[in-house]
Amino acid sequence: MIHPIPPGTRDILPDEMRELRRLHEALLGVFAERGYGEVATPAIEYDEVLARGDGRAADSAYRFFDGSGELLALRSDMTIPIARLVAGRFAEAEEPLRFCYLANAFRAVRPQRGQMREFAQAGVELIGVPAPAGTAEVVEVLEAALDAAGLGRAVIGLGDSDLFRQLLTEFGVAEQGREAILARLATHDLVGLELALGELGLSTEQRETCLALAQLRGGSEVLERARDLGGAAVERATARIQGTYDELAARGAADRVQIDLGLLRDLGYYSGAILEVYDPALGHVLGGGGRYDDLLHRFGVDRPAAGFALYLERVHLAQMEESRRGGGDR
Amino acid sequence: MSTGVAATHAAKADGPLKLAVPRGALFGETLDALDGAGIDTSALRGDSRSLIFPGEDITIVTMRPSDVPTYVEAGAADVGITGKDVLLEQSDRVVYELLDLGYGRCRMVLAGRVGDASLGESQRRLGMIRIATKYPRIAEQYFEGTGRQVEAVEVKGSVELAPLIGLADGIVDLVATGRTLEENDLEVREEIVVCTARFVANRVAHKLRAAEVDDLTARLRKATGG
Repeated sequence: MIHPIPPGTRDILPDEMRELRRLHEALLGVFAERGYGEVATPAIEYDEVLARGDGRAADSAYRFFDGSGELLALRSDMTIPIARLVAGRFAEAEEPLRFCYLANAFRAVRPQRGQMREFAQAGVELIGVPAPAGTAEVVEVLEAALDAAGLGRAVIGLGDSDLFRQLLTEFGVAEQGREAILARLATHDLVGLELALGELGLSTEQRETCLALAQLRGGSEVLERARDLGGAAVERATARIQGTYDELAARGAADRVQIDLGLLRDLGYYSGAILEVYDPALGHVLGGGGRYDDLLHRFGVDRPAAGFALYLERVHLAQMEESRRGGGDR
Repeated sequence: MSTGVAATHAAKADGPLKLAVPRGALFGETLDALDGAGIDTSALRGDSRSLIFPGEDITIVTMRPSDVPTYVEAGAADVGITGKDVLLEQSDRVVYELLDLGYGRCRMVLAGRVGDASLGESQRRLGMIRIATKYPRIAEQYFEGTGRQVEAVEVKGSVELAPLIGLADGIVDLVATGRTLEENDLEVREEIVVCTARFVANRVAHKLRAAEVDDLTARLRKATGG
């Protein structure tokens, strides 16, 4: 007899579990080796506490009342619970703090291939080390994790989450227009972006700067091309990216990094550097991360922080696609 | 610095770029646009029943227009061409819309029977309009955006039939010349949006095959005069 489970959730059977466990051990091995201590937090938290971290992510959270009428929510990532944990238990601790996790998180998404309501994430949080050193360390750990997973061809996109917000402010675009532009940038709807920019009454030069930045991605040469476009916001963002990139190059860790000025992530707590992970064998993003220097402040502690999370089901899928291609990375 | 090149090399993947081309109404003009962009389409112009046309730099795969976002989102095709109507109806599919190709221009409209008042009457007496359409999400979004309640009945075949025999008060459909409407004694009441063919890309292909995607975008932009 078949008894259904909700779409976007799944059972894992022994063959897959064995492969997943190997992946888990490889990743946790990398994290431990680099001094990241594993933590676990409850899957259920107070909605008010999670929403403090990111009001926008709360939109897609599963929420419910408990017996005494408290509004609870299932966590939609691990970054916010760890920020809560740091504020509560490590407020006076000596910096830096290094935590890692391997945990399930929940989002109320429309189920489709590779997009689940319940999904497993593995990642790290580095607290107390500002940019660029902190960002570079996180990227280094991410690269080691991808190598340990056998994804030698994976690429890390590096962008700046403040670029467009600051650029539009510099252009004198009001809040409402800014949100319309950012929404189109987030979905990378370039046709809609061009239309929306046209409605704002910007100069031709300003419109072209926005459109050009959205498409600038590649090696360090794209920073030169961005600087040629001029302006204070571009200057600040390129300087930040350059700083991170130089730090990575000095550590010999810049080879797999693609600078991407059009990168925007949909979580509300990023500031400064943002990261995304791609593998040529898979059409979906494997993971992401970046800096969230203001997130801990929302929980009452002022500390710089950065981290990343990998979607384990997708990493596993990429491993399988890579091995099917017979490419093999080992 | 050689690092940027290394990233590009790491990303240099897996053979020719896969381009999803829509069969149907957009097919002919899409082939013309591809010819203009320097892509050989002679193999597609014959009677071939093949679905896949391998090439040196670009492999063309042909499919229904409404399947293009599905293939491109999953990365089974790196880039594709389809109508804005399809993209709007499947707006939850994550694909990057890179270019308005300009051709295949048609209007998404609300239409009713000539001289018939049932659209207005249902709105007034029932507070709700009943619409037959192949585009339920576009219809629902449009009516929601204009502050009206709608019951969108999805049909797969000739939508024009629905108001003629009383399934619905009107239709939301794509209109190119307006002849089909006329022949069925229907008229345009409201224009919802103008749709043209669009060039879209998979999110990962847009990053990892940036040079090829940008090059093809530029060639298509030139070929379609965009």
